[in-house]
Amino acid sequence: MSTSITEDDEDVSRRDVILITAGGFAGVLGVASIWPLLDQMNPDSSAQALATTEVDLSHMERGQAITVMWRGKPIFIRYRTDDEVAAGKDVPLSELPDKVARNANLPDDAPATDENRAAEGKEPWLVMIGICTHLGCIPDGQAPGSNKGEFGGWFCPCHGSQYDTAGRIRKGPAPENMAIPPYAFTGDTKIKIG
Amino acid sequence: MAHQSTYQPSSKLGAWFDERLPIPRMVHGQFIDFPTPRNLNYWWTFGGILVFCLAVQIVTGIVLAMHYVASPDHAFNSVEAIMRDVNWGWFLRYTHAVGASMFFIAVYIHAFRGLYYGSYKAPREVLWMLGVLILLLMITTAFMGYSLVWGQMSFWAVTVITNLFSSLDMLVPGLGTTLVQWIWGGYAVGGPTLNRLFALHYLLPFVIAGVVLLHIWALHIPGNGNPAGIDVRLKSDSLPFHPYYTIKDGFALVVFLLLFAGFVFYAPNYLGHPDNYVPANPLQTPPHIVPEWYFLPFYAILRAIPNKLIGVAALFGAIAILFFVPWLDRSKVRSTTYRPVFKWFFWLFVADCLMLGYLGSQMPEGIYVLLSRLGAIYYFAFFLVVMPVVGMFEKPKQLPGSITEAVLGKEAAAKAEASA
Amino acid sequence: MSFSMTRMRAAGLAAALGLAAVLAVPAQAAEHGPELKELDWSFSGPFGMYDRAQLQRGYQVYKTICANCHSMNLMSYRNLGEPGGPEFSEGDVKTLASQAQVTDGPNDQGDMFKRPGRPSDRFVAPFANPQMARAANGGALPPDLSVMAKAREGGPDYIYSLLTGYGEKPDDMQMAPGMHYNEAFPGHQIAMLPPLADGVVPYTDDTPKTLDNYAKDVAAFLMWTAEPKLEERHKLGTRVMVFLFVFAIIMYLAKKAVWKGKHHKAI
Repeated sequence: MSTSITEDDEDVSRRDVILITAGGFAGVLGVASIWPLLDQMNPDSSAQALATTEVDLSHMERGQAITVMWRGKPIFIRYRTDDEVAAGKDVPLSELPDKVARNANLPDDAPATDENRAAEGKEPWLVMIGICTHLGCIPDGQAPGSNKGEFGGWFCPCHGSQYDTAGRIRKGPAPENMAIPPYAFTGDTKIKIG
Repeated sequence: MAHQSTYQPSSKLGAWFDERLPIPRMVHGQFIDFPTPRNLNYWWTFGGILVFCLAVQIVTGIVLAMHYVASPDHAFNSVEAIMRDVNWGWFLRYTHAVGASMFFIAVYIHAFRGLYYGSYKAPREVLWMLGVLILLLMITTAFMGYSLVWGQMSFWAVTVITNLFSSLDMLVPGLGTTLVQWIWGGYAVGGPTLNRLFALHYLLPFVIAGVVLLHIWALHIPGNGNPAGIDVRLKSDSLPFHPYYTIKDGFALVVFLLLFAGFVFYAPNYLGHPDNYVPANPLQTPPHIVPEWYFLPFYAILRAIPNKLIGVAALFGAIAILFFVPWLDRSKVRSTTYRPVFKWFFWLFVADCLMLGYLGSQMPEGIYVLLSRLGAIYYFAFFLVVMPVVGMFEKPKQLPGSITEAVLGKEAAAKAEASA
Repeated sequence: MSFSMTRMRAAGLAAALGLAAVLAVPAQAAEHGPELKELDWSFSGPFGMYDRAQLQRGYQVYKTICANCHSMNLMSYRNLGEPGGPEFSEGDVKTLASQAQVTDGPNDQGDMFKRPGRPSDRFVAPFANPQMARAANGGALPPDLSVMAKAREGGPDYIYSLLTGYGEKPDDMQMAPGMHYNEAFPGHQIAMLPPLADGVVPYTDDTPKTLDNYAKDVAAFLMWTAEPKLEERHKLGTRVMVFLFVFAIIMYLAKKAVWKGKHHKAI
């Protein structure tokens, strides 16, 4: 920037202060205007208003599984047989790749025992978000005759993750047990998810 | 481009890049040391303001499109969902809606500045025509955007404006009807119409951006005009664009932003119409339909003429005539400042446009019809009669010898001439 | 030059004022609607905010009276507890929601069923569809009220004027059957029966239960449903305007500093 020789130093430094301040204001305005443009992509307040799903389980029999929708996600509900519960209980924690329960109704560090995975006080009932923790596919194993994998639970067809009868990851690339959503029994055979 | 850059790459990497894709050189030459007449006044800041307006409309428009649903059943409610539920949605939508008005305020000032200072005269004819093309694209884009809300005004604006083309039936029976049905994608304005309006509303701003680049290119060949209307001749006639005009444009932009923000935060619906908060109803036309304020002068011209085909022709002609301005004006002098006779006709023209804008908002009855007709007649007479005739007979005032003389006085100019 | 520049500036200013004058006559000024009573609302002006107690009372009026015929499809019960509105407590919102019977379904048998409302539900509409609404209202369709305060010239003033505008028709006026005289309604013939009267809505605070208060409160409530982000807008606006004002001064000083000696006779 050209400055004429008649300008004294005081003028130059005063001008620099003003220009730097102006630049600062422009910067603040620019950065502040970016936030609304980014934040608008977050879930909006209608999505944030937690929807709940109520499910009537009275028609279910031991060994049967159903899938319901909650907040756009599939929820696996399995009414496990005694064998399946026993299989879940038999596994020592040390054998599990992921040792925490991933149960939204329990503390974050609760161990991944079969009790901690199943419904409180109703161990045959397993309610979990049916999404493979690897890359988000929906594992097979809900329908009778579909592939339940080596551990009798679920098998993810995308990249071969294997889950046991308590929905815990046992083999394959998935890092975590399938998540348990917040839910509660509102009656003997009724649950409310969310 | 005409001006050669004095860009010197400051690093080896810079020099390497400069040999392969000299974008920094171009930016430096066109926007840093570009020689700009030193006598530009604040009317010249609206070019920069308009670039800002286009950027705001494109950015807010893209994010609004992430939430908008272009279907007759959902459009109105999706706009309201943006206003209520989407994070910052009210701010983005009001900025986009008010932004359209701000864009037109700026473009009209920019265009009148061009008319006053003869910015369309040689060698800037193409620059001017590109500007008119941008105005035409803006009008089309704004109309389509307004329709997307799918309120009563949106719906009936689409119906009325698309029906303008049905006037072609008076030339070739069936032609207009066929064309209108093609535009609608049906036998009435409906879902297919809304969908195509949305697709085109998303496309056209990028076309505008492309034409804006051409407009700036065409500007940078001869360089800026100036209030004295004389060419840059001496070295002291111009200043580098940066910092002199970046800072001046920046100041003007912040003042403009104050007006913009005032509307967005305190009167976001002031420039709109309440009827557009009523969902579109194809079975009932609102009692008084008016376009947005920026179309009112053209609307008044349309209504001034009691014949469908001629009225529509006048409406389009009012814009089309602007393309011919460089050849209609026969004056040797560019700036109206030095044109004692034309000056009066110019300000009468400004007043005429304002009056037509007012008349466009009134019911077409009584004295308003007569005034609209007089206004429309002068609108066209200004271009077709005043421009050629006054240009030929007027005796302009003495022009300054140079821009330096106009700004710094005769003494400084003499010095500059001597050293040149 | 300086003489003509001054002339140019003066003329330009005149043009700018002219433009401002045109903008100051908004398009809708042409609609010569009936005179409206203009009230001093708590939310008007650049610093205006809603009066929470008034919005809560307004909801009471809406729910007791208006909701019998008018839908409010854009509103959810959760909105009643959100900041910038009536701000009912979370518990109150749940109670208010659960008082409504929401149609949900289909259930496993394929049937629709009724259940108590939840905060995330939309306000339950009084009629299933416009045809049913017309049939129940002598052919007239009670409009949705969600954005009514922005959909009529005058907004809340119009709503207040309409609700308080019923009266005896002038002797020389011919009324269509089933219509009622209203001085604020365009054409003065409205299908809606006078909806309010002193004492028809219970208030939980000690505000007098008069028609006038009901009209004011429900008009304020409808303004909120039409413009639920008004408080956020006004608050952010103050900050942005102050920021831009200071910024403009700094830019002016910066422009003067950079241009020093470049403008006038000073080579």
